[in-house]
Amino acid sequence: MTVVETRNPGLGSARGRIWRSLLKSPLGLTGGIMLAIVVALGLLAPLIAPYGPAEVHFDAPFQQPGTVGYILGTDDLGRDIFSRMLFGIRVSLQVGILSVLLAVVVGTPLGLLAGYWRGLDGVISRLTDVTLAFPFLIIAVGLSAISGPSLTNAAIALGIAQIPTMIRVVRGETLRIKETDFVLGAKTMDASGLRIIFSHVLPNAVSAIIVQATVIMPVAVIGEALLSFLGLGIQPPTPSLGIMLSDAQQYISRAPTAAIFPGLAIVLICLGFNLFGDALRDALDPTNSSRK
Amino acid sequence: MTLSTADAPAPLLSVRGLEVTFGDNAEPVLHDVSFDIRPGERVAIVGQSGSGKSTIIGAILRLLPGDGHITNGSILLGDEDLAAASEQHMRGVRGRRIGLVPQDPASNLNPSMRVGAQIADALAASGHRNGADVDKRVVELMTEAGIPEAKRRAKQYPHEFSGGMRQRVLIAIALSRQPELLIADEPTSALDVTVQRQILNHLQTLVDAHGTSLLFITHDLGVAADRTDRIIVMSEGRIVEVGTPAQILLSPREDYTKRLVAAAPTAVAQVRVASGSSTLDRGPILEISHLVKEFRIRGQRGSILRAVDDISFSVERGTTTAIVGESGSGKTTVARIILGLESATSGTALVDGEGITASRGQQRRALRRRVQPVFQDPYGSLDPTYSIEKLIDEPLRIFKVGDRRSRQDRVAELLDQVALPRTVAQRRPNELSGGQRQRVAIARALALEPELLICDEAVSALDVLVQEQILTLLADLQSNLGLSYLFITHDLAVVRQIAHSVVVMKSGTVMEEGSTDAVFRSPSSDYTRELLSAIPGASLVG
Amino acid sequence: MLNYLVTRLWQSVVTLILASMVVFLGVRQLPGDPALAMAGEEATPERVEAIREQLGLNESLVTQYLKFVGNMLRGDFGQSTRTGAQVTDLVAATLPVTLWLSAYAIVVAVVVGVLLGIIAERFRGRWPEWMANALALIGLSVPNFWLGILAILYLAVAFGLFPASGYVPITQDPIQGFYHLTLPAIILGTSLAAVIMRQTRASMIETMKTDFVRTARAKGLSRQRVLVRYGLRNSLIVVVTIIGLQLGGLISGAVVTERIFALPGFGKLTLDAVFTRDYPVIQAVVLLITVGYILINLAVDILYSVINPRIRVGGKS
Repeated sequence: MTVVETRNPGLGSARGRIWRSLLKSPLGLTGGIMLAIVVALGLLAPLIAPYGPAEVHFDAPFQQPGTVGYILGTDDLGRDIFSRMLFGIRVSLQVGILSVLLAVVVGTPLGLLAGYWRGLDGVISRLTDVTLAFPFLIIAVGLSAISGPSLTNAAIALGIAQIPTMIRVVRGETLRIKETDFVLGAKTMDASGLRIIFSHVLPNAVSAIIVQATVIMPVAVIGEALLSFLGLGIQPPTPSLGIMLSDAQQYISRAPTAAIFPGLAIVLICLGFNLFGDALRDALDPTNSSRK
Repeated sequence: MTLSTADAPAPLLSVRGLEVTFGDNAEPVLHDVSFDIRPGERVAIVGQSGSGKSTIIGAILRLLPGDGHITNGSILLGDEDLAAASEQHMRGVRGRRIGLVPQDPASNLNPSMRVGAQIADALAASGHRNGADVDKRVVELMTEAGIPEAKRRAKQYPHEFSGGMRQRVLIAIALSRQPELLIADEPTSALDVTVQRQILNHLQTLVDAHGTSLLFITHDLGVAADRTDRIIVMSEGRIVEVGTPAQILLSPREDYTKRLVAAAPTAVAQVRVASGSSTLDRGPILEISHLVKEFRIRGQRGSILRAVDDISFSVERGTTTAIVGESGSGKTTVARIILGLESATSGTALVDGEGITASRGQQRRALRRRVQPVFQDPYGSLDPTYSIEKLIDEPLRIFKVGDRRSRQDRVAELLDQVALPRTVAQRRPNELSGGQRQRVAIARALALEPELLICDEAVSALDVLVQEQILTLLADLQSNLGLSYLFITHDLAVVRQIAHSVVVMKSGTVMEEGSTDAVFRSPSSDYTRELLSAIPGASLVG
Repeated sequence: MLNYLVTRLWQSVVTLILASMVVFLGVRQLPGDPALAMAGEEATPERVEAIREQLGLNESLVTQYLKFVGNMLRGDFGQSTRTGAQVTDLVAATLPVTLWLSAYAIVVAVVVGVLLGIIAERFRGRWPEWMANALALIGLSVPNFWLGILAILYLAVAFGLFPASGYVPITQDPIQGFYHLTLPAIILGTSLAAVIMRQTRASMIETMKTDFVRTARAKGLSRQRVLVRYGLRNSLIVVVTIIGLQLGGLISGAVVTERIFALPGFGKLTLDAVFTRDYPVIQAVVLLITVGYILINLAVDILYSVINPRIRVGGKS
């Protein structure tokens, strides 16, 4: 009496299925390609950029896009917009990754603890509420009042502001996973709380954490641009898409393109993450991957 | 395959060559389904999950989920073909000519809308707009469906109703416009047996009183046999066999039907345990004495619920004891206390004279090895991120048994024991069927060579045929390994098949206990008698 | 229900106390010795010490905190070090601008977001859904201040559809007031509208898939009627939750929107104070935003429990 049939014979591993489903979604693929381009541009900025980001050409201010040598034109000081944009993308990604890391590194353990041990839930919830009460701009205001505006402070402010949502996501997952029979089963084998958290809860919560990271990333990129635009983020001469926009606003009627390209770069990054994140969420959603 | 007989009156509903497909170019899920329902007739469609029985309802009401659509055939209601009717036209059919009692009372009422308003909605669809009239009719309908204090309860939300009461609301909705045909889709499978019987009786009375035709969808041959005039057996999207209940149950023609009848957990089911071997007197493995568990009710200060109220029983070594009871009887709490997942308020649960909750450290670990659980839901009890091998050897790793090599051998051996091919070791749970997953769960429970398995509704989530295979496996393992089982279940038919002795629980107390034979033959408590008579299919055995 | 409200109220009080501590301790971290700053660089150590005593800086941290809270509760935020004006007056002059702007933006976002969400559900798999989805994605991916710059450049300056900047108090001249705020409100509301649209669509699709919707349709109700009676009510719950969650982003967005459209609001007050190191103003602004945030969220939660009949203690998802 052997029951051999499998339910989905040619199914392969779960990871393979997720990749296949990602590649099959045209929007996810578009997002992935956008991200690949943006990351390549950012990583290779020092190699691709024709000029340094702060290199001034007083003889060539306000060049039109398409001018020989200045493919996207120049700004009021004759700085090459294309070069500055590449370095700006690099900085945007840096800040984005730093704040995502901060949110994941702090939010995941707190979410696991809050979800797993009821006693800690109340304490962590109050901490979350307090953090939520400070919008990222206010945290940035505080940090720059204390130690001056900088890339690190911007990343910290944006990261802190995202910790509560990360905690919320991980806590929710933990609460769900904690009630499953496989966790109960592990408990009947005297597995310790930490063992259960690391070998059962965390692996099952990973996909939700990754999806949340793709949600945080564009928020952080826009946040960095906003802080830098206001003068609370990156400080010149470090290039930033936000600073470029703030500069361009001064002479907007003379050279509108100087404001358009950096903005488009931000849109490209964020659209990439949003499209990719949406497709990833669909691919990971068990209700989507199950058979009809 | 035409099924109507020549001398019968014109059918009310006549399904011909129905074929339903999900998506484009996919294989149809229903193939050439044809059947009739005559006025006032009660017809059952019986099949396991995936047999396509629910798809038939979706097709008749033209409410197929997702991208499902009718690709062939006709559905004649009188002279109209519903398969080709417009959405506009269907709106006049749904509710007015065909009523639906859906499966799960928990999910079929809008949680954020008062119950009365949801019944009024059904009336409003027919043009009843006068407020006072509608209110009066709502109360009438609820009363008729057997809901006490209808006037007050109409203003409540669904979460304030019990499962049975919610199902009555759904019946009130389905009958609100006196349809000619009532479709009942597993209307009571989510309810306890005693409630189930009350609801079915009531439904039957109403249907008979109005002369309504009934199309009854169920997985349970027993229920179908008790309640209908004709049974249609379905499997894999096709009709297998059609006949009267007596024909189907007593002289089935097709192999599939025969297997279904043999496996049906009805009172006629065969007894699987050898009653002689059980009486080797080797002393109890599990002793429960004066066990009490109290819970504080959240939000109500000082309110205490006694989930387990001073119960005592024991499990003899090498035998199976079943705890049977409905939801809320406290049977699962007892299991959790024995497993050490809850602590008892007072009393003891001793395994070989030692208690898990009282023990600490090494002693506790040693005790844990001897008692292992098998849970109800084979989809929830296995971590989806683990391979089968990792799942089965997790207990070995936690208890640091052997090295990698010997653990691998042990996993292979365990897979053999539960009759799974060794090749599944590298697969993941979601690649296996429900029955295979439950085998993995059993293999995992056996890994530490326990003496006692706590099976908490271990077969209730499975289709009957698979259920039978798992019960056979458990019986084989018992005779080969000398295991003892504590079997927690709501299903008396399963008890009959596997248990040597039985403990009947209700509201936290033991109503009756004794050998399975004795309890089934001459139950001493009224409650047990009620439970026994509620087993579907009992009427046929007489 | 009452139980829930009491619990929720108590939680808000704890949060308020903790938040005020964070602000108080943050202020103590600010660089520069306030006593030294007040006394001037030429002052003798004795003079500085005297001022220190006068400001209460020598007292214990606890005493100082209690004094700080006492002052805040009396509405005494001190004076601006830059202009010497009472901080309370500055706040009173700028706060209404920001409140009108934010409220207007929320209304725009809810109307646009819910409408697009319904359209997307209603026309699943057809072009209106694609359009609505694309709009929402763009709304999420475009920085609103950049959109603001472009809007000024093309809508205001080039075509003169809206004023590019300036503020007219709504209480003085409602028509001109709303007219001046319309473009900033749309810009501020874009990302909120995008989030609301996506969540409304998701919740509608989810609702339409449920068993109770099928049961409702089996009663003979039309799809439209089910959508309005069942889908919309659930999406209302979603919208209220989102507004609570997105409030922080909205506040940050309001600051930059005011900067672009040169509105004399709370955001401008904040930025001016940061760049001139006007500490009393910074402290007041941070504290007020925090308190406001906590109170609004309390209101949102109470509203939520009114809409959702199933709410229980700790049952907030």
